[in-house]
Amino acid sequence: MIETDILVIGGGPAGMTAALKAADNSAQVIIVEKYHQLGGQLIKQTHRFFGSKKEQAGIRGIEIAKKLTDRIKEHNNIKVLTEATAQGYYEDGILTVSQNNKVIKIKSKKLIIATGASEKMLSFKNNDLPGVYGAGAVQTLMNLYGILPGEKIVMVGAGNIGLIVTYQLLQAGVKVEAVIEASDKIGGYLVHASKIRRAGVPIYTNHSIKRAIGDRSVEAAEIVKLDNNWNEIKGTEKIIKADTICLAVGLRPLTDLLVQAGCEMAYIPELGGDVPLRDDNLKTTNNDIFVAGDTAGIEEATAAMLEGEIAGLKAVSEVGHLKNNIFSELKRLKDELKKLRSGPEGKVISQGIKKARGDSNAGKNRYTHLR
Amino acid sequence: MLEKTGIPTSDDINLVVPDKKRLESGPVAVIECFREIPCDPCFYSCPFEAIKEFDDINDKPKLDFVKCTGCKSCIAKCPGLAIFVVDYNKSTVSIPYELLPLPKKGDILEGLNREGKKVCNALVVSIKDPEKNDKTAVITIKVPQEYLMEVRNIKVGDQNGR
Repeated sequence: MIETDILVIGGGPAGMTAALKAADNSAQVIIVEKYHQLGGQLIKQTHRFFGSKKEQAGIRGIEIAKKLTDRIKEHNNIKVLTEATAQGYYEDGILTVSQNNKVIKIKSKKLIIATGASEKMLSFKNNDLPGVYGAGAVQTLMNLYGILPGEKIVMVGAGNIGLIVTYQLLQAGVKVEAVIEASDKIGGYLVHASKIRRAGVPIYTNHSIKRAIGDRSVEAAEIVKLDNNWNEIKGTEKIIKADTICLAVGLRPLTDLLVQAGCEMAYIPELGGDVPLRDDNLKTTNNDIFVAGDTAGIEEATAAMLEGEIAGLKAVSEVGHLKNNIFSELKRLKDELKKLRSGPEGKVISQGIKKARGDSNAGKNRYTHLR
Repeated sequence: MLEKTGIPTSDDINLVVPDKKRLESGPVAVIECFREIPCDPCFYSCPFEAIKEFDDINDKPKLDFVKCTGCKSCIAKCPGLAIFVVDYNKSTVSIPYELLPLPKKGDILEGLNREGKKVCNALVVSIKDPEKNDKTAVITIKVPQEYLMEVRNIKVGDQNGR
C-alpha cells in the first residue's frame, strides 16, 4: 500500500492546480489520471482563454496545460500515475486504483476529487449512425491527433463549446453548414458567435435536430424549427447535407466516486446536475474529501483552476504542512472566483453554489448513497 | 437581435464607434464586445491606457477615443477576436486572423461583412507576424471607405480546396 498526504483524482485543470498548491506547501501528493497524459480538457483547447490577465487570460488552453504539466513533472513532491483509474473509496481512507491490470491501494490524509464531466447525449432518430459525434470527440480527433472528423458538419448547440468547436473546425478547413440551437438565444459568449458568423456560418436559434439521415453513416441532418415552448413546428423541416453531426448539448458532472464514497449530494440544475454538497473551501460532507472543477458543477477552466487551488490549499493546511498563514491567500483566491462569477453567467452559477453549500434550500433534493 | 443571430446590429456598432471628427483625425480601435463576460486582457494590452481599467472584470471595455492611437496592440490580445482598428484616412481596417494559409501583402481578397458575406474587394496592406502574437495574425486591408465599418473578415482563396 502506498501512503501519501494528498491524493488527487483527475489531472485536468482543477486537479493540476490542486496538486501544485498542496505540493508547493510541502505535502506529498499523488495524482491519478486515467489518460496517458495530464491536462484534461486543456490539451485540446487551442483558443485563447477569457478571464483575468492575472490568472491565465489571453493564453491558449494548450499552453496552460503545458505550463502546469511541466511544473508538476519537475516537482519533487508530486507523483503522477497515468492510465490509472480510481475504483473506489473505503471507510478507512483507502482508495483503490487500477493501473496496468493491477490494483494499487493508496491511503491518503486528504482526497481531492477533480474528475471533471461527461457530455450529454441528445435523443433523435438515428443518433447511433456513424458520423454522430460528441463535441469532445471531435476536438480530440482534430486538435490532438490531427484527424478531421468529416468534411461537412452540422453543429448542435450554440453554447460556448458548440461555438468554439465550430471555430476550430473552420480552422481545420472543415465546412460547418450550420449551428442549430433549441433555445431562442445563443448560449455562449457572443464574441465567439460573431467570430463564426463573419466566417459565414449561420446560427439557427429555435431549431432542433429531428433525425440523422443516412444508410451506413450520416449523409444529412433534418432540422426543425421550435416554438417558444420547444415544440416542433410542422412544415418547417429542412434537410442539410452533412457527413457529420456534432453534439454540443451540455455537460454533466462526473460524480460516481463521490456518490460511492457516501458524500451528500444534491440535484442542482444551475451546476449541471447532481453535485456534492460542499463548503466554500470545496470540502464535501466527508471531512477528508474535497472537490474542484466540473465535478463540483459545470463551469469553465479558469474557475476550475481557482477551485483547485482553494481545495489544495485548504487540504494541505489540514494535514499540518503549512508554514505560512493561509487565510490571506485563501481569501485572495475566493475573491478572484467571486469576481469571475459576478457576470450574467456567473450569477447563475453562484446561485447554484449557494444551494450546494447546504445552508439554504437544497432541501428536498439532497440525498446520500446508501452503503 | 445580436443574441439570436450573433451579428451585431448597427445600433450595437454605433455604441463603440467614435464620431466622424475622431475618425478623420487618425486610426482608432473599434471594440465589438457587447456583452458582459469575465475578461480583461485588453486593458493590459494597451500601452496608452486608452482602455479603462476594469472596476468589475465583467464590465464591457470602455475605450477613450482621445487616448487611443490606433496602434493595434490590442487586436491580437483579445481572446474574443473582437477588436478591429479602422484608419479612415488610409481607408484601412486591421483584423485578427487565425486561419491558414495566410494571405500575402498585395493580395486582393474578398472583404466579408459581419455575416460572412462578400461586400467588396480588400487589398492586403500588411501582415503582422503571427509568431509574435502566439499565432494570431493582424492583417491590415484596404477597402473602399464606405465599407470601413462593415468589413470584418477576409476570404483567402478556398481553404484546402474545401
